[in-house]
This record gives sequence, structure tokens and C-alpha cells, in this order.
Amino acid sequence: MNRPPVAQAGPRHTSTPATFPVTLTINGEKRTMDVAPWTTLLDLLRDRFDLTGTKKGCDHGQCGACTVLLDGRRVTACLTLAVMKDGSDVVTIEGLASGDALHPLQQAFIDHDAFQCGYCTPGQICSAAGLIAEGKAKTADEIRELMSGNICRCGAYPNIVAAIRQAMGAMGGKP
Amino acid sequence: MNNFEYSRATDVADAVRQIAADPAAKFIAGGTNLIDLMKYDVERPARLIDITRLPLKSVEETRDGGVRIGALVPNSDLAYHPLIEQRYPLLSSAILAGASAQLRNMASTGGNLLQRTRCFYFYDVATPCNKREPGSGCAAINGINRINAILGTSEACIATHPSDMCVALAALEAKVHVMGPSGERSIAFEDFHRLPGDTPHLDNNLGPNEVVTAIELPAEGYAANYSYLKIRDRLSYAFALVSVAAALKLDGGRIKEARLALGGVAHKPWRNRDAEAALRGEAPGRAAFEKAAAALLAGAKGYSHNSFKIGLARRAIIRTLTQAANATPQIQSVKKIR
Repeated sequence: MNRPPVAQAGPRHTSTPATFPVTLTINGEKRTMDVAPWTTLLDLLRDRFDLTGTKKGCDHGQCGACTVLLDGRRVTACLTLAVMKDGSDVVTIEGLASGDALHPLQQAFIDHDAFQCGYCTPGQICSAAGLIAEGKAKTADEIRELMSGNICRCGAYPNIVAAIRQAMGAMGGKP
Repeated sequence: MNNFEYSRATDVADAVRQIAADPAAKFIAGGTNLIDLMKYDVERPARLIDITRLPLKSVEETRDGGVRIGALVPNSDLAYHPLIEQRYPLLSSAILAGASAQLRNMASTGGNLLQRTRCFYFYDVATPCNKREPGSGCAAINGINRINAILGTSEACIATHPSDMCVALAALEAKVHVMGPSGERSIAFEDFHRLPGDTPHLDNNLGPNEVVTAIELPAEGYAANYSYLKIRDRLSYAFALVSVAAALKLDGGRIKEARLALGGVAHKPWRNRDAEAALRGEAPGRAAFEKAAAALLAGAKGYSHNSFKIGLARRAIIRTLTQAANATPQIQSVKKIR
């Protein structure tokens, strides 16, 4: 059998390119950090800011566990380079509650038992917050379709949809 | 992911200058495909030029009644833009059939055109792939090729273009505006993507130092009779096995004009003038739709695992044309096919 080819040619840099100062408002707090350009927002949040609520699942944008709100819109933090988002506003699962008062989505996920292992839950809740802010989902079918970027391997989907419907009603369509 | 240099482009001219000065650089906008490929070591750019701050984020009506879409408009903003929802619902529907809400929020209009194939062997750097490593061979031709192409293939490559949006843009006959070192030019959509031939490493006809600045839609949006139907292995958030964009102009019980394009079956959105000519002047109905399907699939060739796509595509074409003619387009959140 022929030897398989190596990946597309392109130099591996041996020198360390410059880092860049990145300022983000994370859960209402302005924070600045020097980051290497290949640092994803996910790794920055977890490894540098110790905000480990945002989960690393597939690290390829397929599972939704790393979903955060970036300037109010849901994105996968694993496919986001932090250096490109200098000046942005980030909300993670840690930023949704007001003090001890849970966010309506957090309460609804508890009320409906909308998780088992819980690993996908921070991403599910941030994604649902984005979904409600977008205002495009009205029916259960539309919730299912517009939440399809968040995988739950425990299969808690029916309860997740029920929780989102409850929160949507409680929030009157507001994020 | 490899280490790389990073710079920001301040305007379109600066972006073109920067890419021309560094052959190992790549542009980055939404990053949803490029960063993924970098994590798999399929792409290893020495520099990323961030173009997200360029002023290419508006959707505007053109003087001749069409619409010009800036290359950096996010896919979600485009799908939900009132001008697109009302006048080009085929485009809106196709965009919403693709990816997830998160990815549509991130991905840019220009980047959607430039996404790479999802062929398993292109992604797997341990296997030969003429697209990734010219001359190394094609592992898909005799491999697990269930998702691969049935039309326009070559001995060198049977990859498909994965976009849904581009299938609608092909049917609508969009134009791609680009800027390069020698100025601006526009490319008809059917001339933008390429067939693999013996140069499958080239996905499209964009020059190495060119940047996509806008997509332009003509005035006719086929808003009354259209449908986008996507058939895939799960009901949402999967690439198409086969997808169909159909658009009709009906007049007095006859088809006055027809547009038909397929996704998931070729290296580019698949159109064929004979298929559209077969519909023109006919009464909308099964007889005409079967003729159009046969014409569009002329020359289709299955490989060991994907011959089913030929029959699937034929039935999907007939179904999508029926939906378009009846003005009952497929709704992407409703999984029942009418």
C-alpha cells in the first residue's frame, strides 16, 4: 500500500508569532488578556478566565456544548478565534442568573428535568437564550429545528423543548 | 491547529494588498469551515488576514430592481432579511436548511460560497486526496462514497460542494462580485464553481489574490412558485444527500419559465438548460416533471455506495417541482414532505 500523503504543505512556524491584547466584556465585566491568535474563545474562557461552565464537546462546531452569546447572538465558541472578537460582549452560562435568582431558562430546565448528565446543558441554555432573543421559533417544531445545533447524547430532547416553551412564556419573548 | 500570524485588513484594497504580499496567507471571516479544517490539519495557513471589519455588511436594492448582498452579511441575517424573505424566499429557505442556528450566525455570505467539500477523505489527512494533496489519488472512488457525487465527476475526484445557499443562488442566477489586484470583476454564478476535472484542488474560479465582495440577485425572485427540498440522513443539521431548488413562473396554466438546481450531487450546484427547457411551455404536472428530472440527471453515474442517489434525486426533483407548482413550498421546520 502506498504511503499516505502528509497534510497540505505549509510551514510549521518555529518562531512564536506576536500575541494580541484582547478586551472582552464577559458577563458584564471588562477583561483584557494577551492571547495568541490561534486561541479560541472557548479555550480563552475556560483556560485563561477559569469560566469552565462553557463546555468543550466536539471542538468542531457540531455539538453545541460550547454555545455562548457573542454580542447577543449564539455562536459556537470553539470555532471563534478570540483575537477576532476584540471589543465584543460575551455572555456565558455563568452570566445568566441575577445573583441567587436563576434565569427563567435555568429554572425551566430544573422544572422539566431537561438533562441527565448535564454536560450539554450550559450550551443548551445559552442557545435557547439566543433562540428566544431571535424570536423566530413559536411552535415545538420550530424550537426543535432551531435548537438542532445542540446535541444531547442522553436524549433529553422532549424535556428540553418543554423547558424552552415554559421559559419562552415566562419571558414574554424577551431574552 | 498550527501556529500562524494574524493581521486585520482595514478596507478591501488593503485586504487585496495583504493577500498578494503573502502567498501562504488566507482570509478569514466567519471561520466556521476554515478553523474546523485547521483543527484537522487539512488547512495550515501561515497567516490569517481578518476581513471581518470590512464594510461589506449591507443588503441593498440595486437600480435594476435586484438586490446586492455584502459578502460579510451573516447567513442568518440574510435568511431573515425582509427583502430576501419576501422577494427571494427560495434563498431564505435554502439557507435555513443548512447548518445550525449558531453556525448561520457566524458564517458569512462570501464564505458560504468558498466552503470546502465534506468528503470524508478530504478531511482525513491519513488518506490520499487529490483535492487536498494534488497527485496523491482519490480514496473516495473505491471507498465509502455514500455522500459523494453522481454528476460531473472525474477519475481524480468525486467530491460534492456542500452548500445549500449556493443551490438557490445557482437557480436564481446570482452574480458574484470580486475584487483583485487588477480591479473589480463579476462572475456569473454558474461560472464561479468548477467541476473537478484533473484539477480538483481548485474549487472555484476565484483568483488567488481576489476577495469576494458581494453577491447580486437579479430582479426576478420566483417568490410565488418555489421550493427547496433537502434529503439527508437525519432530519436537521446534516449535509444533503440530495437537495433540489425549484422555481417556476406560471402563466395561464403553463410553465412560462423554470429554474432547477441540485445540491449534494456534484462538485458545484448542478444545473442543465435542457431540464429547464423541458418544462417551458408545458402544463405543470408529473409528465413534464419526469422529463425534466431525466434531463437534469442525464449522464448520472453511481459509485459503489451512492447509486441510490440517482433514483432519490429523480423522485426529489419531481416532488420539489410539484411543491413549487402548487405554491406549497417545503417548510424547513416541518419534517413531513408534502
